[in-house]
Parts: sequence; structure tokens; C-alpha cells
Amino acid sequence: MAAHRCSRSALLLILCGLTLFTAADSQETTVNGGHHASAVKNPQTSTETADQTTEQPAVEERRWEATEVEEATPDDAAADKQDSPVPETVVLTSVPQPKDDFQEELVIRPLHSGDIYASFQFRTVWETDFTRGNKVSHYRLFPKSLGQVISKFSVRELHISFTQGYWRTMQWGQPFQPAPPGAELWVWFQDSVTDVDSTWKELTNVLSGIFCASLNFIDSTNTVQPSASFKPLGIGNVTDHRFLRYATLPREIVCTENLTPWKKLLPCGSKAGLAVLLKSEKLFHSSFHSQAVHIRPMCQDWECKTTSWELRQTLNVVFDLHTSAQGKREWSLFKMFSRTLTEACPLASSSKIYIDITDNPEGEQFEVSPATPLLSQASVLGDRRTFSVYDLTQQITFGTVRSLNLLIRWKSSEGDMLRPLLHGERYVAGYGLQTGEIHTLMYNYHPYRSFPVLLLDSVPWYLRLYIHTLTVTSKGKDNKPSYIHYQPSKDRVRPHLLEMLVQLPPNSVTEVTVQFERALLKWTEYTPDPNHGFYVGSSVISSLVPSIVAMDTNSTRERPLFSSFFPCKEESSYFVRVYTEPLLVNLPTPDFSMPYNVICLTCTVVAVGYGSLYNLLTRSFQIEEPNPGLAKRIANVIRKMRGVPPL
Amino acid sequence: MAAPLTLLLILAVTIRAALYRSSLADLIAERVEVVSPLTAWKRVVEGLALLDLGVSPYAGDVFHETPLIIYLFHFLVDYAEITFMLADVITAVALYLAVKDYNKQVFRKQKYALEAERYPLDCLELIRSPKEMYYIPLKVAMFYLLNPFTILSCVAKSTCGLNNAVIALFILTTIKGNVLLSAIFLSLATYQSIYPLTLCAPALLYLTQRQYIPVNFRRFSFWWFVAQYAFMYLGSLFVMICLSFFLLGSWDYLPSVYGFILSVPDLTPNIGLFWYFFAEMFEHFRLFFLCVFQINIFFYTIPLSIKLKEHPVFLIFMQLAVISIFKSYPTVGDIALYLAFLPVWSHLHRFLRNIFLVSCVLLACSALFPVLWHLWIYAGSANSNFYYAITLLFNVAQILLVSDYFYAFLRREHHLSYGLYLKRKDGSEATLVLK
Repeated sequence: MAAHRCSRSALLLILCGLTLFTAADSQETTVNGGHHASAVKNPQTSTETADQTTEQPAVEERRWEATEVEEATPDDAAADKQDSPVPETVVLTSVPQPKDDFQEELVIRPLHSGDIYASFQFRTVWETDFTRGNKVSHYRLFPKSLGQVISKFSVRELHISFTQGYWRTMQWGQPFQPAPPGAELWVWFQDSVTDVDSTWKELTNVLSGIFCASLNFIDSTNTVQPSASFKPLGIGNVTDHRFLRYATLPREIVCTENLTPWKKLLPCGSKAGLAVLLKSEKLFHSSFHSQAVHIRPMCQDWECKTTSWELRQTLNVVFDLHTSAQGKREWSLFKMFSRTLTEACPLASSSKIYIDITDNPEGEQFEVSPATPLLSQASVLGDRRTFSVYDLTQQITFGTVRSLNLLIRWKSSEGDMLRPLLHGERYVAGYGLQTGEIHTLMYNYHPYRSFPVLLLDSVPWYLRLYIHTLTVTSKGKDNKPSYIHYQPSKDRVRPHLLEMLVQLPPNSVTEVTVQFERALLKWTEYTPDPNHGFYVGSSVISSLVPSIVAMDTNSTRERPLFSSFFPCKEESSYFVRVYTEPLLVNLPTPDFSMPYNVICLTCTVVAVGYGSLYNLLTRSFQIEEPNPGLAKRIANVIRKMRGVPPL
Repeated sequence: MAAPLTLLLILAVTIRAALYRSSLADLIAERVEVVSPLTAWKRVVEGLALLDLGVSPYAGDVFHETPLIIYLFHFLVDYAEITFMLADVITAVALYLAVKDYNKQVFRKQKYALEAERYPLDCLELIRSPKEMYYIPLKVAMFYLLNPFTILSCVAKSTCGLNNAVIALFILTTIKGNVLLSAIFLSLATYQSIYPLTLCAPALLYLTQRQYIPVNFRRFSFWWFVAQYAFMYLGSLFVMICLSFFLLGSWDYLPSVYGFILSVPDLTPNIGLFWYFFAEMFEHFRLFFLCVFQINIFFYTIPLSIKLKEHPVFLIFMQLAVISIFKSYPTVGDIALYLAFLPVWSHLHRFLRNIFLVSCVLLACSALFPVLWHLWIYAGSANSNFYYAITLLFNVAQILLVSDYFYAFLRREHHLSYGLYLKRKDGSEATLVLK
């Protein structure tokens, strides 16, 4: 199998070399002919192609060598077996080969703050059916652990993210995959599941094991069923939210132990391809780190005749290079990840690096080296962006040194970012430990269009919300939500869930406030270090934001992975999810060293009450007789023994 | 007599109306001493808001009022201030009338006893004169209406004021001898907060006394009367519970109201003994101590009824005090109700042992509650133990107050039958002791 593919790709390479300009264009680009970019492109391409033609035989040889080594490794057992004439292979080949496909992609976007945003996406698509009765037992690219989870728990869609740090929307723009700080998990179950709650409980425990995370702390007290905010991202229009569960663990610390199992789910592990860059000592030394796994069923073609399962593993990281680079504003792959790239993952059908050069059309802001002839455009997050593309499946990308170390050197620090149209903030107001007020601010920066947003708040039960104090104001006026879904909390059972649909007027701030009361908990219910406070998960703002450019609504067309995560239903708007800051709220605490004392003292008071009433109830008033002295009493005892009448 | 009462009512209403208009009203409504999770007005409003949103008020754990309260305020929410002032006025007037009637009976009984020469000769000092008894009903009304605890409770719109009104009406109807109304008001009080269930015993004792039915377990007439009363009581309770069911269409309110009272899940600090005790409780002992503490309230009913079977009104006072000290979510409004009875027992003052100390402690604690609350919750310079210590002291003082009155009452009764100046056998002056 792999051998076939490699020979095919080698053939393609040869073709590539022969057809000079056309190869590059047909492969990738949508570059406009008369555009200014072509002026920059043309000379470079000609030099590149010249190199390519000279290197051609050598490249071919190397590729073959590489694939042979690959085949010898036990990673790809199926391919190995196919080559050796063992009887089992006959059986194996007679089984229809699962149609699966793996793509990897890295998007690098220089941010105006001087930071670098790197977004990895790994997508495995497998045309199979986990939900059918017969068990899927032969796994190739799709990780078996997740496949078993899907079929065992009848999962229809699973989205899990682990995030360290908070995404600063106003400095960095919108992320490709938004995620709240901590862990977030939301799952749509198949409608064949009868007991969703117990399935959910089991699923969280299993996922907790798979990802080495504290997902087992997800229980009924932090799980909600949003009615509108979380729609399925894959196919299927079942919207009965009984089958949806959503939970966040804002306190979750994400670190190496979560990254390692995540990397193991990749077909190439961290051995080859883009995943070699994922070194934890560098990834966690960053301003923001978010890793996620998204599983969903999706259409294979336009008519949606065949469905397949998509596993999308994403990792987003923001490096604060400006401070770590000793004043020099430049970065490279090696500086960021302490690795360079030498090859694509051999199992990947596509392996690309995109660098966002939209703000740098003339190269006046920064300079990228090595330069690439390939350019691509994509509509992403309501904006048309231009990217330089490096195709790792082509040897030419790695140049003569056989390793790719992208380098960006800034020339000027000017320029401003396109301000995100939607932004959210949240804070707790008030002082003291008795009451407080949650303020959520939603900014609409669109100059002339208003649009509706869905706000979802899940507040733990120990902050008792008073829904009658809910106010929504924008531009100083009352802005009545057109839809409110409120589920009050039950102590120690379930959290508050508040969802509402608010229309944000153009160029405005909408403020949502609601008062709460802080509960005193039992002493065993406090987390370690209770005076640190309790975390309240981020609010989720979901919206269809009006787009400046026409969005691509064709979901089956081949597109870069970063632009195809949220399905687009109409051209004029695009979906955005914004997470606000999590809150840290202090609760009143009892004295933890006092249980014995308190039990003793309170019982004493009750005993005082009981004793004094008992005394009065059981005794009667009598005249006090003088107490005979001790000597007299002893004398009387002796006299009694002697049989003499007492004194 | 009506004129001073009217003046008093006008004064009380004026004070409340003035406080409602001041900025203090919001502050008072937040005080944990004044409102409990059961009685807070904020929670009533929340329940109404939930009902407006189409969510059952009992779906969450904020609203714990009974369905009748929510329907009452569904119509009266805009007139809440008037309702609460009216409740206080009703309580005061009911207590006034009840005490007036009770005093008449006490006086009549005393006259008969004097005529029958049942009192020892040296007890003339203990005989109560009509002159001193004349102002007692007014004093009772005044003690209730002008008590800062009642005023605070009313200004905070604590529904405790409504419960007090129901209990006061129950006392009035009982003392007036109306069996049916007494049973209805008692069941209403029970429906509101379970604990007034223990008032059954004094009501039965009083009504049997009034109808000259001897309290004798072997007599049919006694059991017949008990059955009648129980039937009326349980019948009206049943009607109320069913009515609540039909108003909301579900039984959700039973665990949310009565389960909440009995299992004490909300540990918001208050002036009672439960909150800190169960916040610090070891989980595996929780149920045991919960049972012990709840039984404690009902436990005193039978022995007290036996001891005080001749004096059911004093028994009512004792029961109210025990309830307000040991209930799971007490507020100052509950205390105000039994404090209103203190003028009725003004003739016991010569036998009280430590009234000065107790009143000082009560006053000091009342002042210290807000101070230590501020230090704990707002300033952060104290911790929960400070507030807890004050609740302990406050409750000890209340217990001492009640047991002191009980002691004085029993002692006076003893003197009335054995003479005031008791002598030993050898003729020297004797001291009375409990043995």
C-alpha cells in the first residue's frame, strides 16, 4: 500500500520537475495572474525549478530509500505484510481496504504584538461506520483507542480541548480553534443511547485515562446541557439537546503528561512529519497553549452519500518571542521548537506549512526565508488571507541542506491588525464574601451591522445566581434578550445554566450583569488551598458574524484544514465562538482546624439547654436540710453497724 | 384601651414606613441574622421570576417558600411592604386580644382560688392585682411591635413575619376557645415551617381545660376531643397540601420546603446552632447528628406538657422559645415572637435569678453580630470562629433566659401552694432547692 503510494508520489515528482511552472500552479495556487505578488514570485520560481531539474534523479533515489526504511519499520504492519508472501496477506487483501486519509498542516501567523501564533492541525478521515453492529477491528491510521471509545459509548461527536493560558482576542485576533482555559469537553451522543448520564460518566472516566487528565472530576455538578450554543459540527441535524453534554474544568493544568498521549494518537507519532516539532519543553514555555481533539462524522461528497469519520487533532501555541529573543525581532522554526523539519509524515497525503503574509504583501514588514513560490488564498474568519505555502511532501522544499528551518525577520513593527468584530470579557464585581455580581461584556465592533449572539454561562451551584437581578444593557438602554433558557442549580447536584440570545447593536458594548450569593460549604467540600478561590468556567459567546468577504460554503471542496473547521452555511456570515476569561471567586471558609472544637462546643450548648430543662422537669422544690458534717456522718455509719441509733 | 393601641400601631407603622424609604432597607434585607434562606424576600422575588420564566420555582435550590406564599405574593408583590406591615399589626393585635382574654381567665381563677382559700396566707404578695394586669396586653403589643428584632424583620420583608402572624392567630383562636379555627391556624403554621407542630400539645391542653374535659387517658371524652382536634388539624393540613399540589401541579415543593428544613443543606451563617456545626461535621456522623438536633426540638414537648399541664399558655411560650432556639434556620423574627410574651410573666420577676446578666449578654451579642460579621466577611481580619462564638453565646443566653423563666414559674407555683416564707422543722428560715 505505502509502496504504491510512494511510487506514485515519485512519479508525480518527476512530472513536477518536467512541467516547469504549471506544476506549482495546478497543485496549489489560486494566485491571481495580474497581481503584484506574481512579480515577486516569478524570478524565484525560475531559480527554484532550475534547481529542481538538476536534482531530480538524486531526489528520486532518496525517496525510494526512504520508503524502504519506512516499510521495514513495524509502524506500518499492513504494508509490511503485503510485501511478504505470507498466506494471511491473501485474507487481508481480500478485505476491502479502509479508505482513510491523513493530512497534516501547520499555520504560522506573525502577530502584531510581536508574538507568533503556530497552529498545528492533523486530520484523519476514515470511511467507516463505528455505529454499525459489527465491530471495527482493523485500524490503520485512525487511533484504535478513540475508535473503540466512539463505538462503545455511541458517540456521535466528541470535542475535547486542554488549554493553558488565555487567548487575548484583542491583541491576537481570532484563533482558528477557540478554546477556554482549562479542559473543555462536549459530546453529542447517538440517539440510541438510553442512559446518557451514566454513559457520559463512563466516557469521562475513559477519556481521563486516555489523556492523563482530571476529566474524571466531571460529574453532574459541572455538566450542563446547552440548548442552543453547541450545535453538532458534523453531519446530522438532530438537535435534541438531551444527547448533548458540556463540561469545563477551568482549574485543569495542562502539561507534558497531556501532550504525550495526544501525540501518540498521530499516525506517525512524534517520529516524523510536523509532529517532530512538538517538544514539550518548548511548547509549554509559551504564552498560550491549547491542544484539542475533535471527532465528528462528515460527508465525503456533495450529495452526502457516504459518510466518514473525521478525527482532527489541533494544537495552537503562541510564542512570546519578542521578549525571549533578546531584542532581536526574528524567529525560526528552530528557535521556536528547537527542531527543524526534515520530512513529511510518510503516511500523510498532504503535509503543508502555511505562513500568513496577508499583512505583508510587499515584504515590507517581515522577510521570510527560504522563500516559496506557492501562494494560497483562503477565506477564514470573515477575511481573505494570503499564505505562503511549503509543501513538505516535495523534497524541493527542504533544499540542499535537507532540512527546513523557516526564518522570519521583522523589518518594521508598524501596521495594525484587523480588529475582531466580536469580543467578550467578564469579571466579578462587589466586595466582601457575601454577595457579588458577574459582569459579562460583549463588544460588537462592526461599524454598521448588528448581529445576534448566544451567551452561555455555566455557574457552579455554590454561587447562587439570582435571575431576577439579570440586566442586559447596551448603549445605556435596556436590551431585552429575545430568548432566555435558565436552569437553576441544585445544591451539590447541578450547576446553573444560563443561555440567552442577545442582539448586539453596531459598534457597541453590551453588558450582562447578574447577582449571586456565595455559599458556605461543608469543610470537606473545599478544594485544597480554599483561600485561592474557586474557578468559574468561561462564558461562551457563539455567533454568526457578518463577513466582509464571501465565505466558502462548499464543505466537500478541498480546502486548507484551518479554514474548514466550522461548517459554513451561508456566504455572508461566518461562525465565531469566543470564550471569556474564567473567574476566580472567593468563598467564605470555615476554620478547617476546628471540627472537634465545634462539635464539642455546639453539643455543650445543646446540653446546657437540655440539662437545664431536664433539671426543672424532673426535680421538685424542696426545703434544703442542713448537711451533716463529715465526722458526724462517719460516726453515724459506725453507730449503725453497732446497732446504736444515730446521733 | 383602644386608643393607646391605635397610637402604638400608628407609631409602629410609621417607623416601618420610614425605614422602608431609607437606604437602610437594602442593608437590612441582606443581614443573615434577619433573613434566612427560608424566609428571605430576595428568594421570594427569585421564585416569582422563575415562575415568569416558565421554570418551576422548586427546580432550583434558591426558593424554599411554600406554594401558598408564592401565590399570595403573585398578587401582592407590589404591595409587599403593606403586607408585611399588616402582618405585624395582625400579630400584635392578635397577641393583644389573646393576652387580654388570658389575663381575664387568670384573674377569674385567682379569684376562685382566693374565695376557696386555697392560697397560703403569706402568699398575698404573690397575688396579682387588676391594676398591674391592666397594661399587660398593651405591653405585649408594644414588645412585639417596637422590638428592634421585629422591626428589622419587617423591614427586610422576611416571611417570618407572616409565620408569626399565623402563630399569633392560632394563639388567639385557641385562647378564645374556637377549636376549628385553632386547628386551621395550627395546620397553616405547620404547613409553613413544620416546627409549630409541637404547639398541638398546649392547644389540646388549653381547649380541654376550657371545655372542662379532664385530661385523663382512660376517659372517652378526652380521646373523643383529641380525635376531633386531630381530625380538624390533619384535615386542614391535607387540604393545604393538596391545594399546593394543584396550584403547581407537582410534589416538588415537599422536598424543597420540608426536606430543606429537615436536612439543612444550606449552611449560610445565621444566629442558630446548625450552620457551623454541620459545616464542620464529619460526613459519616452527619445523619446521626442531624437526627439528634432535629429530635431535640420535638423532644421537650411531652415532658413539658406533663409538667405544665395546668398552664398551657406558659407551655406555648416555652415551646415557641425552644423552637426559635433550636430550629434549623432561626432568625431574629422568631425570637421576637416569644420575647413578646415576656410582659405576661412580669409577675415572675422577683424569682428570676440572672435576668440582668442574660439581658446584657443578649444586647451585647445583638450588637456584636454585625461587627463580627463585618470583620469576617468584609474586612477579612477575623474568621468564622468569631461569628460562631457569638451565636453560641447568644443561644446560651436565650437558653438561660427561658430556663430562668421556667424556674421562676415553677417556683411561684410552689410558693402558691406551700407558702412564701418557708420554715425548716426547727423554725429557722429555709431555702428552696431543686431535688
